[in-house]
Amino acid sequence: MFLLYLLLLFILIGALIAVEIHNLLSSVIAVGTIGLGLCIIFLLLGAPDLAMTQLVVEILVLIILIRATLASSQPDTYKGREFLAYGSTLLFILVFGGFAFFVSKTLPPFGEPIMPLANRYILEGWQKTGATNLVAAVMLDFRSLDMLGAATVLFAAIVGTMVILRAKGRKEINERDELDC
Amino acid sequence: MTLYLTSFLLFLIGLYCVAVKKNLIKMIVGLVIMEYAVNLFLVSIGYRWGGRDPIVAPDIYNLTYVSPLPQALVVCTIIIGLATTIIAVAMAMRIYEKYGTFDITKIRKLKG
Amino acid sequence: MSGMSLIVKTVTRLTAAIIFLFGSYITLTGHFDLGGGFAGGIIIAVCYILYVLAYGKSEAEIETSKRGLVLIMCLGMVLFLALALMGLGTGYFFKNFLAKGMAGELWSAGIIPLCNLAIMLEVGAGLYLVFLNLITFNVNIREEEE
Repeated sequence: MFLLYLLLLFILIGALIAVEIHNLLSSVIAVGTIGLGLCIIFLLLGAPDLAMTQLVVEILVLIILIRATLASSQPDTYKGREFLAYGSTLLFILVFGGFAFFVSKTLPPFGEPIMPLANRYILEGWQKTGATNLVAAVMLDFRSLDMLGAATVLFAAIVGTMVILRAKGRKEINERDELDC
Repeated sequence: MTLYLTSFLLFLIGLYCVAVKKNLIKMIVGLVIMEYAVNLFLVSIGYRWGGRDPIVAPDIYNLTYVSPLPQALVVCTIIIGLATTIIAVAMAMRIYEKYGTFDITKIRKLKG
Repeated sequence: MSGMSLIVKTVTRLTAAIIFLFGSYITLTGHFDLGGGFAGGIIIAVCYILYVLAYGKSEAEIETSKRGLVLIMCLGMVLFLALALMGLGTGYFFKNFLAKGMAGELWSAGIIPLCNLAIMLEVGAGLYLVFLNLITFNVNIREEEE
C-alpha cells in the first residue's frame, strides 16, 4: 500500500507541474508522466488489461501533443490575471466540493464494492461465453453495445480529423476569401 | 478513501487548468488530466481487498475476483478520451494556421 | 520530411517486424489473456509510425498510403457491424453465434476473436492515418490581407 500512496503523490505533483509550468513542451511531458504513473496504479488495483491499454494510449497522446506543440514556437506568456475566471472557478470548486462531500458518504467503502451485477458476470461469464478473460467477455459479449459506441466514436473522430486537416491549394484560398467578404 | 480524494483533486486541477489558462495547448492538457481523474475513480470503485485479476484459470475457480464491470467500461472510456484529444489537437492546429497564435485572447476576430 | 541517424534506422529495421508480431499476438489472444482489439491495434499503428519517424517519407508516398489506409479502416468497421448483424437472424443483435469451445484455447469464445480482429484493423489503420494527416499539415501562417 505504501507504493500506492507514493504513486498518488507522484501523480498529484506531476499534475501541478503540468498546469503551472510556462514551457509548453515541459507541460506535455509532465502529462506523460501522469499517464505512466496511472498505468502502474492500474496494475496495483488489479486491472492489467487496463494498464496495457492506458500505456499505449498514453504514448500515442504524447506523440500527438508533441506534434501540436512543435508546430508553434511560443511559450505561454500571458501576463495579468482575470479575476472573473478565478472567481468562477473557485465558486465551482466550492459547489462541487459540497456535493462530493455529501455523495462520498453514500459510496461503498473502498475495498468492499456492492457488485450486484458483476457477481453474475463472474459466476457465469466463463460458461456462457467460453472466454477466460472476464474483462473481454464483459466488454465484447455482455456489453458489446458499449464497444460498438466506442468504435464508432473513434471512427467519427478519425474521419473528422481528415476533414479538418485537409490541405487546399494556394489559389483556392485566395478565391475563397474574395467570395466571403 | 485516499484514492477517491486523489481523483477528486486531480479533477479539480484539470478544471482549474481549463478555466483559467489562456493557451490552447494548456487547455488540452487540462482536458486530458480531467479524463485521467475520472478513469482512476471508476477503476477504484471496483477494487476488492485481496482480489485477483479478472482472468479465470480453468482449474482453480473459487477465488475472489476484482469486479470486471468498471474495467470493461473504462477501456471504452480511454478510447473515447483518445478520440476527443485527436479532434481537439486537429482543431488547435487549424486555429494556429489561421490566426498565427495559440493565445485565446487574440482569437477574437471572426475573420483572420 | 527527413529521417533520423543511422543507429535509429538500423534498430528500426530490426524491431519493426517484431512489434507488428507482438501487436497481432495481443489481439488474437485477447479472449483468454490480456489485451484485445484496442491495445493490439494501437501497437500496430505505433510500429508503422516508428518507421515513418525513422526514415521519412515523401509526399507522394503518403498520399497513396492514405487511400489504402482509409479502405482498411472502413473494412474493419464494416466487418464489426456485419458480425453484429449476423446474429440478428437467429436471435438478437450481437448474439454470440459461433461455437464456444474449450476455454483457454485459441479457437474459443464465439465471435470475440473476430470482433477483436475487426477492431484491430480499424484502430490500427485509423490511428496511422491520423498521424500521417498531422505530419503533412503545412503550418504556414497566412498573411494578413489588406
